[in-house]
Amino acid sequence: MNERPFDLAVVGAGPAGLAAAVAAGESGLRVALVDAGPRPGGQFWRHAEGADGAGHHDWETFASLRSRLRRLTAGTRVRHLPLHQVWAVDRAGDAPFTLRLTPAFDGATDEVTPAVRARAIALCTGGYDRQLPVPGWTLPGVMAAGGVQALLKGSGTVAGRRAVVAGTGPFLLPVATGLAAAGAEVAAVVEAARPADWLRRPLGAAAVPGKAVEGAGYAAALLRHRVPYLTRSAVTRVHGGDEVTAVTVERVDGSGRVVPGRTRRLAVDLVAFGWGFTPSLELVVALGAGTERGADGSLVATVDRARRATVPGVYVAGEATGVGGAAKAVAEGELAGLTAAVDAGRPAPTKRGRRLAARIARAERFAEAMHAAHPVPERWTEWLTEATVLCRCEEVTVGAVERAREDLGAGDPRTAKLLARPGMGWCQGRVCGFATAALLAAGAGRAVTAEDLRALGKRPLAAPVTLGELAALPEPPDPPDFPDPDTA
Amino acid sequence: MSGRGPDVVVIGAGIIGAAGAWFATRAGLRVTVLDRGPLAGGTSGRGEGNLLVSDKEPGPELDLALLSRRVWREDLGEHAGLWEFDEKGGLVVAATDASAAGLAELTRRQRAAGVDAVDVGADELPAYEPQLAPGLRGGAFYPGDAQVQPMLAVAHLLRLARDGGAEVRTGVEVTGLLRDGDRVTGVRTDRGDIPAGNVVNAAGPWAGSVAELAGVRLPVLPRRGFVLVTEPLPPTVRHKVYAAEYVGDVASADAALQTSPVVESTESGTVLIGSSRERVGFDGSLSLPALKRLAANAVALFPALAGVRALRAYHGFRPYCPDHLPVIGPDPRAPGLWHAGGHEGAGIGLAAGTGLLLAQALTGATPALGLAPFAPERFDEGDPAP
Amino acid sequence: MTAELPTFTLTFEGRPLTARPGQSVAAALTDAGIRAWRATRGEGAPRGLFCGIGVCYDCLITVDGRPAQRACLVPAAEGMALTGAPPPLPRPSGADEGNAS
Repeated sequence: MNERPFDLAVVGAGPAGLAAAVAAGESGLRVALVDAGPRPGGQFWRHAEGADGAGHHDWETFASLRSRLRRLTAGTRVRHLPLHQVWAVDRAGDAPFTLRLTPAFDGATDEVTPAVRARAIALCTGGYDRQLPVPGWTLPGVMAAGGVQALLKGSGTVAGRRAVVAGTGPFLLPVATGLAAAGAEVAAVVEAARPADWLRRPLGAAAVPGKAVEGAGYAAALLRHRVPYLTRSAVTRVHGGDEVTAVTVERVDGSGRVVPGRTRRLAVDLVAFGWGFTPSLELVVALGAGTERGADGSLVATVDRARRATVPGVYVAGEATGVGGAAKAVAEGELAGLTAAVDAGRPAPTKRGRRLAARIARAERFAEAMHAAHPVPERWTEWLTEATVLCRCEEVTVGAVERAREDLGAGDPRTAKLLARPGMGWCQGRVCGFATAALLAAGAGRAVTAEDLRALGKRPLAAPVTLGELAALPEPPDPPDFPDPDTA
Repeated sequence: MSGRGPDVVVIGAGIIGAAGAWFATRAGLRVTVLDRGPLAGGTSGRGEGNLLVSDKEPGPELDLALLSRRVWREDLGEHAGLWEFDEKGGLVVAATDASAAGLAELTRRQRAAGVDAVDVGADELPAYEPQLAPGLRGGAFYPGDAQVQPMLAVAHLLRLARDGGAEVRTGVEVTGLLRDGDRVTGVRTDRGDIPAGNVVNAAGPWAGSVAELAGVRLPVLPRRGFVLVTEPLPPTVRHKVYAAEYVGDVASADAALQTSPVVESTESGTVLIGSSRERVGFDGSLSLPALKRLAANAVALFPALAGVRALRAYHGFRPYCPDHLPVIGPDPRAPGLWHAGGHEGAGIGLAAGTGLLLAQALTGATPALGLAPFAPERFDEGDPAP
Repeated sequence: MTAELPTFTLTFEGRPLTARPGQSVAAALTDAGIRAWRATRGEGAPRGLFCGIGVCYDCLITVDGRPAQRACLVPAAEGMALTGAPPPLPRPSGADEGNAS
C-alpha cells in the first residue's frame, strides 16, 4: 500500500476496459488493469488459453489490443491484475481511490493484491444476461444464453444435445449458431419480437453497415443448420422433473400477451434464455455516481460525451453506460482512457476524440434501434404463476412477493425485498432484480422507474469477501495522501 | 378525511409507530399513520431485530424491556409466527477474568430485578455454542433474549392496525403542525392538512426535526451502526452471542467508532454480525474500518467464520438521547403532541411495551409503567443524569 | 479446439470424470452428463450451471473440501475432488491457544 498511486485504475478487461487501459497507457498514464478473468477479453472475447480466434467476432481488434497491452505491461506503464475482483472502492476526501480486491475464486492466484490505489478510475464492468423468470426456469438444463456461449468459448463444452434458444435480441443468433456448429441440435430460436423491424429503421442499421452483414451471416448459418426461427413467440414454461425435458412455446403479440391456440411443445434438454443484458453497476452506484434508465430499460451510468461519470475522477465505458455490443464498447473505452489522460494533464488529441465520439454516436443510434425492436415484452409477467420462483437464490415465489405488495403494502422494491427476501441471497439480486422491479410495477399498474432499479442495485459489497479478508484490512485503512517523494 | 379527522395521527411508520398504532387502534382510537417514505424505511428495516433483556442494567430501560418481553409473548403472542418471533436465548461471553467477574456481578443484580440469567462456566460454553473460540473465561445465558424479523413485525402490526380500522399512508410528508394556541391540533402535510385529537411523533432519528415543528427541543440524535450478513451456512451459531463488553458500549457517550461482537444466525441461514456505533450524523457511506472490526470481532468469537464470506453490509441510524433512555409520553410544552422514540439499538424489542404504554396514556388509562423517567421535557431541566 | 491435448481425471462424489486442460469444473461435469450438483436449502431442488459467468452463484460446489466455490469459474485440475453438499464448518480445537479478546 505504500506504492505510489496509479494514475488510472481500469476495472474490467473486456472490450471497453482493454481499450481504456491501452489508450490511457499509450497516453503516458500509469494504469492498473483489474479483471476477474484469467486472460483479457471479457465475456465477448472469452477464449481458452492459446485459442486462435476461430468463431470469434472481430478477433483482429482483440489481437491488436492485446499486443498493445503486452507492450505496455512489459514496461511499467500498465500493471495487469487478472483473477481479482473489486469488492469495494473507498476514498477519504480528495485522496486517491483505493480499490479493495479479492481473488476471483478461492486459490485463483498465488499473488493476491489486496488493494490498488489510483487517482482516477475507469469502470468497464460489462454486464450479464437479463433474465425473465418463467415456470420451470430453475430446472437444471436451463441456462443463461451467455453461459451457454461461455461454456463453448471458454471450455469447448456443449451444454446440451437438443436446445432451444429463447428470449429477445440479436445475441440469440450467435448462441444458436455456435451450438449448431458445435454439433448440438437447435430445435428453435424463439424470439419475442419481430426482428425484421430493426432492419427497417434506416437510421439504426444503416449507421453501422457491419452489423447488417453480421446479421445476414447468422441468418445463413441458421438456414444451413435448419434451425427454425420463430418470431413473436416465447418459451412460457419449462417442463421436467430433475432436469429439463421440454418447453412450451407460445405465440405472443407485440405486448407479450399470449395468442391463444398457437401452443407447441418442443422436447429439449437445454434452454438458453437471454432477454438482453443487465449492466454491472455496483461500483458505479457505490461511488455515488449518477445512474439513469437506458434505452433497453436497464439501469446505466450517466456519463458526459467524454465518458465522465457525475463523480470527478470516475469514467465509465461499455455496457455499464448502455448495452450496445463490443465495437461500441471499444470506442467508449478508448475515449474514456483518452479523457482520463487529458484530465490528468496530457495533451488533448482533439481529432481522435471527435472521431471516437462520432463512432460512439453512430453505435448508440444503432443500439437504440435494436433495443426498440427487441423490448422486454410489456406483459411478460402474465406468463407467471403464483408458484413460479422469482428469486433463484432464496427460492422466493412470485406469490410471496405479490402477497407482500398486496397484504403488507410493499409497493417499492426495497420494501418487498426486505419483507419477502427476493434478492437477499448469494447473487444479491443480480439475476432477479429487474424481474422483481417489473413484477411490482406491473402489480401497481405503473412502469418500472430508475428509482426501482437503483433500490435493487445497491450492493455496498460489490463481491463476496471473507470475514478473514475484512479482518485483515489495514488499520487505519489508508495513510493520508502526501505528495510522492519518488515522482522524479 | 371526513369530519374532524382521526383521534391520533402517528408520524412515522417504523416499529414504534406501528406498535403504537396497533395498540391505540385496539384501545378503540381512530388512528392515521403517516410516513414520508415507505413503511420501515428508516431505522426499523436496518437492524437485527433484537428483543434483549440481557444488555440492560437494572433501571427504567430494563423495566421497559421486561414489560416489552411480556407484551411480545402475551398480547402479541398469537401473531408471533408472522414476524418469526424466536426465543433463541442470548449467550454473553467474557474474554477475560475481569469481564467474567463483572458479568457475574451484573447477572446478580439483573436476577434481583426479575431477569432470568444463568451463569455459565468457561467449561460449559461449548455445550451452548460448539463453535465458540477456546479460551473464553465464562459467560451468562439469558433464556429471555429473543429476536423478530423487524420488517415483518412493522408490516404486520400496521396491517393489523389497518384491519382494525386505522389508515396507513406512506409517501406523505409532514411539513408542519396545526396549532390552536399552544395546543397541537393536527398535522400539515404535502397532501393537505389532517386535524387530529393527538399527534404522536414516532419519527425515529428524525424525531428532533418533528419536535422542532412544534418549537420544542427533543435531543434525539442518530448513531450509525453497521451489520454484516454472511453467506447462508449450515447451523453454526445457535443463540444470540455477544461479548460482555457490549453492555458497556451500548451505554457509552463516546462519538468515536466503537465495536463489540454480536453474532447470530437467522432463519435464512445467514449469520448477522454487529455491532458498531459511531456518531457521524446521517453519513451513509460505507465504513471499512467499521467492517474490519466487526469481522475481526466475529472471527475472534467464532474462528470458523474466518473463511466464511460476507455477502452484504448495511447500516442504520439508531435514535438515541443523551441519557440513553427513550422518550415516551405527552409533551407538556405542546399539549396534544406526544413523543415515542429514542430507543437507540433496542427499539424493535422495546416497541411492544412502548406501544402499549402510549395507548394506555392516550386513552387516559394508568400506564403499566410510570412514564416519568421517559418524560420528553426532562432535558430542559439542566444537565441530564448520566 | 483443445481435443488433442492430454486429458486428466478428477472426481465428483467419488466418480471419476475426464477433463481437458483449460476446462472449468462446470464444463467437466457437463461433459460427463452431470447437470446438477447441489440441492437448494429451502426446497432441496437440484441446481447446476445457470449464468455460467460467475454472477448467479447457482453452480456452487465443494472443491477439495472448500465449500461454495463457483464451478463455472474454478478450472478443473488433476485429482480434484468435487462434492455437492458442503462440509460442516471445522470445530475449534479444544486447545487453549486461541483467545477471543
